[in-house]
Amino acid sequence: MDPTLPVWARLHARREWVVFAGVAFVTLVLVPALAALPSEGSPIRLPGHLIPLFGKFACYAIVALAVDLIWGYAGILSLGHGVFFALGGYAMGMYLMRSIGAEGVYRSELPDFMVFLDWKELPITWWGFQHFAYAASMALVIPGGLALAFGWFAFRSRIRGVYFSIITQALTYALMLLFFRNDTGFGGNNGLTDFKRILGFPIHDPSTRIGLYVVSVAALLGAYLLCRYLVVSRLGRVLAAIRDAESRVMFCGYDPAAYKLFFWTVSAMLCGLAGALYTPQVGIINPSELQPANSVEMAIWVAVGGRGTLFGAALGAVAVNWAKSWLTVAFPDLWLYLLGALFIAVTLFFPEGFAGLARWKRS
Amino acid sequence: MEALVTPEASAARGMHAVETGVVDTRQGVILYVEGLTVSFDGFRALDDLSLYLDDGELRCLIGPNGAGKTTLMDVITGKTRPDAGKVFFGNTIDLTVLSEAQIAIAGIGRKFQRPTVFVGHSVFENLELALRGDKRVRSTLFARLSGEEKDRIDATLATIGLAGERELRAGLLSHGQKQWLEIGMLLVQEPQLLLVDEPVAGMTHRESDRTAELLISLAGEHTVVVVEHDMEFVRKIARKVTVLHEGRILAEGPMDAIQNDPRVLEVYLGA
Repeated sequence: MDPTLPVWARLHARREWVVFAGVAFVTLVLVPALAALPSEGSPIRLPGHLIPLFGKFACYAIVALAVDLIWGYAGILSLGHGVFFALGGYAMGMYLMRSIGAEGVYRSELPDFMVFLDWKELPITWWGFQHFAYAASMALVIPGGLALAFGWFAFRSRIRGVYFSIITQALTYALMLLFFRNDTGFGGNNGLTDFKRILGFPIHDPSTRIGLYVVSVAALLGAYLLCRYLVVSRLGRVLAAIRDAESRVMFCGYDPAAYKLFFWTVSAMLCGLAGALYTPQVGIINPSELQPANSVEMAIWVAVGGRGTLFGAALGAVAVNWAKSWLTVAFPDLWLYLLGALFIAVTLFFPEGFAGLARWKRS
Repeated sequence: MEALVTPEASAARGMHAVETGVVDTRQGVILYVEGLTVSFDGFRALDDLSLYLDDGELRCLIGPNGAGKTTLMDVITGKTRPDAGKVFFGNTIDLTVLSEAQIAIAGIGRKFQRPTVFVGHSVFENLELALRGDKRVRSTLFARLSGEEKDRIDATLATIGLAGERELRAGLLSHGQKQWLEIGMLLVQEPQLLLVDEPVAGMTHRESDRTAELLISLAGEHTVVVVEHDMEFVRKIARKVTVLHEGRILAEGPMDAIQNDPRVLEVYLGA
């Protein structure tokens, strides 16, 4: 690839842009149209329950992009990205709780769980969350800020490899314990739920769901282009160089810690975005999102799809979750074994994931 | 040494207090190493070592294994911190308080013993990333290669004989080609001081001859330090040779004098 080309040409060749436009058309136009336009009972009408499911997949795909950005391109395996996802989800959940108003079970301006705990006023942490714009920016700022602080210490201390992964795993576990406590002030183990509306629209209304789905897919496509830009820019190539020969990068005059920190923080913010889009579509956010296993699963999506490819990671997230939503119904006890077997099989036989398989077939 | 102005303040200013092309060499000396001591678990890798490099000279550093050659390189480039002693780049830049990246920006380039290139990138991209310029995150995010820079890379590709491998992934190069690519990466970085660790290891005779020519042509405009085991190669390029032994300087002088120095013969050739 010639680094003197204009930006759009550096991102993708013409043929790849056609594929991208095709995917955008199907997901942004065709799917919502099929869900809304044909009359009820028509064979081409998309069942209404699929829309929030697809929206959820889009959120997971954004997470996969975020994980791939640092794992595939910087060689940093995070087993704690669930933290950033959950924090984004909680920020949006707090807005949704606040916009229930006095329509909760206890007819109080305070969220139900606070009334239940006999709290008399809103804790400081909840101030401002009645404003959508504030909550939306917090969904990015809080995960980003935590990642920045955590990464600053970790990368300055040159913690890498498996040690870094273990610390991220501990981070998500610690946060899970924290969020389980009622005193923390985010609804304890029940989390935040019973949402009624978002920006004034009734949250269970089919048209609201289509709207959320469209926003999620648009966010996914935007996140993809952002990540693609980052990895083809000189910045991204410095990052990949750090993965291959960190000392050479330093002796070229780059500060590897600053580069890792930048990508790490962007990655966390993308997860926050995904979490914020996820909560209104799923209707609940609770500490189970912080389980260490959830974060491990995120890494599996990327491994299965093919790391260092971005589109492979996103497809991996959709494919694994599609399989999950089907298999957890068909064989509820077997799902974790199947996921583990899939991970082992991919690692052993297709170390580059599905995307690598496609590339291998072409050549 | 009143010539050494201690710039504690400049060190505290951080990354971009150091810029390329501001090395003060008015005394004619580009590198001062004084009383340098480095120990690892009680083993003295460098023992009260002092060394001065004149601006523009080509110096060969030889010595048996464990003499401290690589440790000295590590200290100069910020990889290892000394237990005692001073290392100044020009009159004003204290290298013992700077990070590896800061030292590279100040104008010291290093070629490793084992060729270290970015194996996932093309030969061209390797040079692009090494190119002298702003190495901060913000500027690399929006960096575009200018026509001038592109020409510079192409000229360097011709110099290192890799013009035909421009788009090849660096991981696919032969050992000797990787060595050359790494030297090319040093060249586009435009350092004033080049530290070159075993440049001809794994090279054929012809490649080694070309490397010798290249290093000789670089001296003058740059200061070049070559660490090498291959005595034939050292004889080919050496003006002045420094012999290290057990972390100290054993002898220093022109190649002929060194070759006939009985102390050098004893430790180096085991005679």
